[in-house]
Amino acid sequence: MAEMIYQSPKSIEEAVNLLAASSGSVNILAGGTDLIIQMQANIDEPRVIIDVKKIAEMTQAELTEDALLLGPSMCCAALTAREDIKALFPGLVESAYLIGSSQVQGRASVGGNLCNSSPAADTVPALIALNAMCQILGPGGERTVKAEDFVTGVGRNCLAEDEFLRCIEIPRPEPNTADAYLRFIPRTEMDIAVAGAAVSVTVKDGICSSARVVIGAVAPTALLVPEAAACLIGTDLGTADLSAAAAAATAAATPITDRRGTVEFRKHIVGVLTKRAASIAFQRAKEN
Amino acid sequence: MSEAKQYKYIGQRTIRPDGFDKVTGRANYGADLSLPGMIWGKILRSPHAHALITKLDTSKAEAHPDVLAIARFEDFPTVNAAAFAEGRQDKGLVDLASNILADKKVLYHGHALVAVAARTEAAAAQALQLIEVEYEVLPPVMSIDQAISADAAILHEDMFTQGLAETPSAASNIASRMELKKGDVDAGFAQADVIVEREFSTPTVHQGYIEPHATTVRFDENGTSTIWCPTQGHFDVRASTARLLGMELGQIKVTASEIGGGFGGKTTVYLEPVALILSRKAGRPVKMVMTREEVFRASGPASASQSRIKIGAKKDGTLVAMQASLYYEAGAFKGSPMGPGCMTVFTPYDVENMWVEGFDVVVNKAKVAAYRAPGAPQAEFAAEMVMNELAERLAMDPIDFRLQNAAKEGTQTLYGPKLKAVGLVECLQAAKTSKQYQTALAEGEGRGVAAGFWFNIGGQSSVIINMNPDGTGTILEGSPDIGGSRASMQMMAAEELGIPLDRLNPIVTDTEHVAYNQTTGGSRTTFATGMAVVEACQDIVAQLKSRAAAMWNVTSEQVDWQDGSAINLAGEDKMTLAEVCAIAEKTGGQISGRGNINARGAGPSFAVHLCDVQVDRDTGKTDVVRYTAIQDAGKAIHPGYVEGQYQGGAAQGIGWALNEEYVYDQNGIMENAGFLDYRIPLASDLPSIDTIIVEVPNSFHPYGVRGVGETGIVPPLAAVGSAVSNAIGLPITALPCSPPRVLKLLQDAGQ
Repeated sequence: MAEMIYQSPKSIEEAVNLLAASSGSVNILAGGTDLIIQMQANIDEPRVIIDVKKIAEMTQAELTEDALLLGPSMCCAALTAREDIKALFPGLVESAYLIGSSQVQGRASVGGNLCNSSPAADTVPALIALNAMCQILGPGGERTVKAEDFVTGVGRNCLAEDEFLRCIEIPRPEPNTADAYLRFIPRTEMDIAVAGAAVSVTVKDGICSSARVVIGAVAPTALLVPEAAACLIGTDLGTADLSAAAAAATAAATPITDRRGTVEFRKHIVGVLTKRAASIAFQRAKEN
Repeated sequence: MSEAKQYKYIGQRTIRPDGFDKVTGRANYGADLSLPGMIWGKILRSPHAHALITKLDTSKAEAHPDVLAIARFEDFPTVNAAAFAEGRQDKGLVDLASNILADKKVLYHGHALVAVAARTEAAAAQALQLIEVEYEVLPPVMSIDQAISADAAILHEDMFTQGLAETPSAASNIASRMELKKGDVDAGFAQADVIVEREFSTPTVHQGYIEPHATTVRFDENGTSTIWCPTQGHFDVRASTARLLGMELGQIKVTASEIGGGFGGKTTVYLEPVALILSRKAGRPVKMVMTREEVFRASGPASASQSRIKIGAKKDGTLVAMQASLYYEAGAFKGSPMGPGCMTVFTPYDVENMWVEGFDVVVNKAKVAAYRAPGAPQAEFAAEMVMNELAERLAMDPIDFRLQNAAKEGTQTLYGPKLKAVGLVECLQAAKTSKQYQTALAEGEGRGVAAGFWFNIGGQSSVIINMNPDGTGTILEGSPDIGGSRASMQMMAAEELGIPLDRLNPIVTDTEHVAYNQTTGGSRTTFATGMAVVEACQDIVAQLKSRAAAMWNVTSEQVDWQDGSAINLAGEDKMTLAEVCAIAEKTGGQISGRGNINARGAGPSFAVHLCDVQVDRDTGKTDVVRYTAIQDAGKAIHPGYVEGQYQGGAAQGIGWALNEEYVYDQNGIMENAGFLDYRIPLASDLPSIDTIIVEVPNSFHPYGVRGVGETGIVPPLAAVGSAVSNAIGLPITALPCSPPRVLKLLQDAGQ
């Protein structure tokens, strides 16, 4: 049986040092809902596990005057229970609520979802729609990366081997701004998105003044689609505007055919989701 | 039987005797047994769907320091090359043997080739990598259309279609054809005012039991070898293993572990004989546990089907002719449920002219296993879809249309007997007055109605009840409990003996402690084993009466048994069961009752299901919004369990109709061998499934029982399919009604 080293640092500094000192296959363990399954598939591989859940700030969320500072390893169940966060970022919270099932949400985290870097990750489009920034720490210090630049390919991201995600910073939304996230699965839960769409809109005098549209599971990474947002900005999201945004999302999507859906199905569905998510976000923003 | 008969326990919702162990985790399932010195077995499986094995070299694996045994097809003495050369090969066993360890050819992706036993699980896995196999890859045959086309690759060069008028000279992938008829369908169709004819298909699906196959075995060269496994029939595991290994029944003891679902899929052997070979060679107990992926690739599944149905009716709704051609995939070896499919397809209807043909077709998929009412859901799906379309064409209510033509007592079935008293009419009437049928559909919703039939079987059951001096007792039965039968045995025995339920402990015992019991299947257990329990109780009562008579110095005839007590008809005396048991020592020793029967007269069960759906026209996604399952139980011994059977059948049928299917790539490799992408319904996918228990007693059973376990999966396919069709206004001819398929129907129709 291959050797496994498990370490659980109690502070950010300790984690940085452990990561810098480790060599070979090093994995950051948060909820483990992806990592443990991957480990079971490659049981013979020696590895070092650094469990960051014992670091208090990794699992907490702080709402400041300017932003939500989200500990990347805060479990989704804890996040979705936070009414103050839900009031500001309903789309992000609903994306976290869609991961796995109630039991899985007791372990899975937004940061883990981001770092696993699956094209179908539910929280990633929501983070991008909210202009989230990823604070990354390594031996060379800290750097900040936009959420849309974090994931670089299927299962790949911008983290160097000795770096880890220490905080997700989400700016407080402008007044009359709201977000929404929808995904499509054939069932109601315990499934992986066939397609997803996150939309954030700001409304002034009944008109959409700014928007961000992000689509998921239809390309190697979640895609920010400014062409779709442009269809919404300056409109009251009438039927034609929504259809134009849907068409833009469909056009931007470059999905694959696999057991979860064909290219044609995914492109169609991502348009439907974009339209519906935009309507929900718009309605929420008007009520804000 | 009198409707007014009042029972003390029958018909109550008692606490299930197996519940505590299950919810506390104490119940021991297939993978839970470990023995001292035990080693681990693992199986090398084919990476191809169809290929000749040109080289198989296990020498490097054998040289692995932790490997203690290897098993191959050649290790089955009754079917191997030596047996063949000596002319003593048991041909009936060859398919079974070569399914669990391939002979010269692999016939599906995941087909087992070689088994290895090693000191650790990891070492066994490593050793598999050391086995050298070379293949000559053949074209995979993955559908009925492919299999029966003129240029199809042939799976078995020695398979010549049986059941044809003339024996064919060329080998075929059609193992056999059958035909059933009554009356004259051509004459019938000539009288019809409306005829609907359509073709349908259903996908390969899996039984989806949560517990994977597992076994722990110990070979004993002198005494009795032991097998522990989750199975619906441990006596038949013993018989199959003995035949494959050339052993006597008495040399093998099989213990049925607690079972985590079967649904028909745990009625055959995969691991047990292989593990016994490994144990014999290694001299150690061997444990084998399938992964979920192995379960999907190499166990089950249920047949995919194609069918063509033609039904004719007069303007007034009278059916005049019904005709069906039914094709079933058998998987890699012959033996699909074509027969029961042909026999059940039109049984809900009393129609003079019927003609049905069936084909058993081999393809490069895992050999199919039984799945609740095997063959019936596929066939009756097609028939009921056409029935609903006919009702629509006739502008008749689908329930009225069925009532007008419903099978009832005296109806001549296509497959042989005339029906005795059955409850289809009662089910249809209950459906018509049900809350759901009285509920108006909301905008965009669709409704489907379907009937279903399954025979149910009886067969051999053996029961022993041992009484203790304090009046408690143990019911030793041999029918693995996959649906609540321990509860029903306990209830029937308590009713017969007139003692409280908790005085009796029902146990599914091993093959040594009770005589032969047929496998739990065919919805037979509460019926047949229940009758054996009643017989054993009557045996006990007779003994109790004679013991009491001895104490009172009267004859047995002068003693009556009433409500758990012996009554002296010649005097004032009375003794309770516990009091008679307490004096057993003085009256001839302890008391046991025995029931060994071959039960006849299993009552068929009919069902009617109602399904309402909402279809999202932008995504093609179907939500089931209301569902009612109505079925004849004869007599519900435990109504809660009966309702559970109805709901479980409905849930599995809804899954079959909406999302479940094996997805294969172009090489015949299943792409969704896990519960993530093989989508059985989750609790949140289903509405609360309403149930209505109809009770038309079966006169052959002392309490009127009909089996209820299988019929419930027959109607949902058409109930859901018709509801979707009704909601979108387009015909449904292929399952599953998954979102991409429904969306495509809508898009193609320009909606």
